[in-house]
Amino acid sequence: MFDFSVVTEWVDEGLRSWLPEGWVLPVEFFLIGLCLLVAYAIIALVLILYERKVCAAFQCRLGPNRVGPWGVTQSVADMLKMLTKELIKINHVDRFLFNLAPFIVIISSVLAFGCIPFAKGLEIIDFNVGVFFLLAVSSIGIVGVLLAGWSSNNKYSLIGAMRSGAQMISYELSIGLTILTMVVFSGSMQLSTIVESQAEGWFIFRAHVPAVIAFVIYLIAGTAETNRGPFDLPEADSELTAGYHTEYSGMHFGFFYLAEYLNMFVVASVAATLFLGGWMPLHIPGWDAFNAAMDWIPSIFWFIGKVAVLIFVIMWFKWTFPRLRIDQLLRLEWKYLLPINLLNLLLMVVVVVFGLHF
Amino acid sequence: MNSFQRYITSFWSGLGSLLVGMKTTLKIFFRKKTTECYPENRATLVISDRYRGELVMPHDAENHHKCVACGLCEMNCPNGTIRIESEFVEDENGRKTKILRAYHYDLGSCIFCQLCVKGCPHGAIEFRNTFEHAVFTRSKLVKQLNHPGSSVVKKQ
Repeated sequence: MFDFSVVTEWVDEGLRSWLPEGWVLPVEFFLIGLCLLVAYAIIALVLILYERKVCAAFQCRLGPNRVGPWGVTQSVADMLKMLTKELIKINHVDRFLFNLAPFIVIISSVLAFGCIPFAKGLEIIDFNVGVFFLLAVSSIGIVGVLLAGWSSNNKYSLIGAMRSGAQMISYELSIGLTILTMVVFSGSMQLSTIVESQAEGWFIFRAHVPAVIAFVIYLIAGTAETNRGPFDLPEADSELTAGYHTEYSGMHFGFFYLAEYLNMFVVASVAATLFLGGWMPLHIPGWDAFNAAMDWIPSIFWFIGKVAVLIFVIMWFKWTFPRLRIDQLLRLEWKYLLPINLLNLLLMVVVVVFGLHF
Repeated sequence: MNSFQRYITSFWSGLGSLLVGMKTTLKIFFRKKTTECYPENRATLVISDRYRGELVMPHDAENHHKCVACGLCEMNCPNGTIRIESEFVEDENGRKTKILRAYHYDLGSCIFCQLCVKGCPHGAIEFRNTFEHAVFTRSKLVKQLNHPGSSVVKKQ
């Protein structure tokens, strides 16, 4: 299988031979940051188009189909429009916090995005507490959301931000516990090790029942964590007029929009990494010809395919279920998901201790 | 049923109903799409016969229409869309008859209520399902419905 570290080492050697010693690392940091941001923007555009197409299909429509073939450049046109829009100065806002909030949201989502192992040898932040780091940085986003609601000086924005805060903090528990369940099974918090150890079979097959339960709970909690329907009550178009980002315009609104879609991507890719083997091809122990055939498909396509399927499931939730009320939302978390999660963690410990897995 | 049993059964019934919902939407996801790609499918486009696109006055092969210029449609129209020009002519028996000279219809102010068609005692006018009426000036929307040189159909 193609190892992407060949490319990165080639770039590294090239830079070392061309540049003085002290310049190599800063140039590499810059290049990595640039690649990360470009990938971030492209993935956001693709996701927005994907969402519009999937949403249209669920409503028996065709979706955007005028800009480019099958409307593929629709979201590029939308982005260009948004970049040219004015950033309106609102009178009674807390100017500093108001301008800071979208950047906190986007920084948190870019940091989480940087942790994801995209392909063999293609990962940026990889160290022994990777999962923990990912959880930590992805929950910084809530600070940005709360700041946006607070500094807007608008009661609807504030209600939206408070709902968002209650929701994200509650569902962070479920996310943490499901990830903990899988960490118990894999015995490692390093994302690259987790992916490598799924070479004999993905965790969702090897750890059977507890992994399936954890997977379902993770998808539900992840949907809630990204403020998507049916848990989109912080935005709640019909009641709060877009919640915490009502007062934002132009690219500052665009940052919230991008971060929302990229958070969905991060949630789906963490689910793919922990449960479905990340970039690891489908391997069945004993079927050597089959495994070799699966290895022919490049690892980046495995990763993108799994993430696309999981994002489809998240969109499927959104376009099926009606929005929950705030009390129903919190009841679902505290009375159902959390006890099931704790029991599931216990079950996983039993499975690991007695070696009941494959 | 105590509260613990209710907790357990509500969990499973809730899960079941969520799955039913997801099954339904997945079926709809693969259903044939209803969007009309309009300018491309002009040749095969199906517009319902009942669609009210514009008012027309049907003429037969001898260029006869059925309008006797009674003016009921003009009076029924809530918007003043219809304007009828008529004149009195004397026929061979020396009897004066009212005949239609011009039937003006302003598509731009028509609200397609069909009161003119309902009120017509002779069935002289009807709505047709054509819909491509875009023009560059409003004056072009005012149409004369009776064809040049046409006359009212003779009673047998």
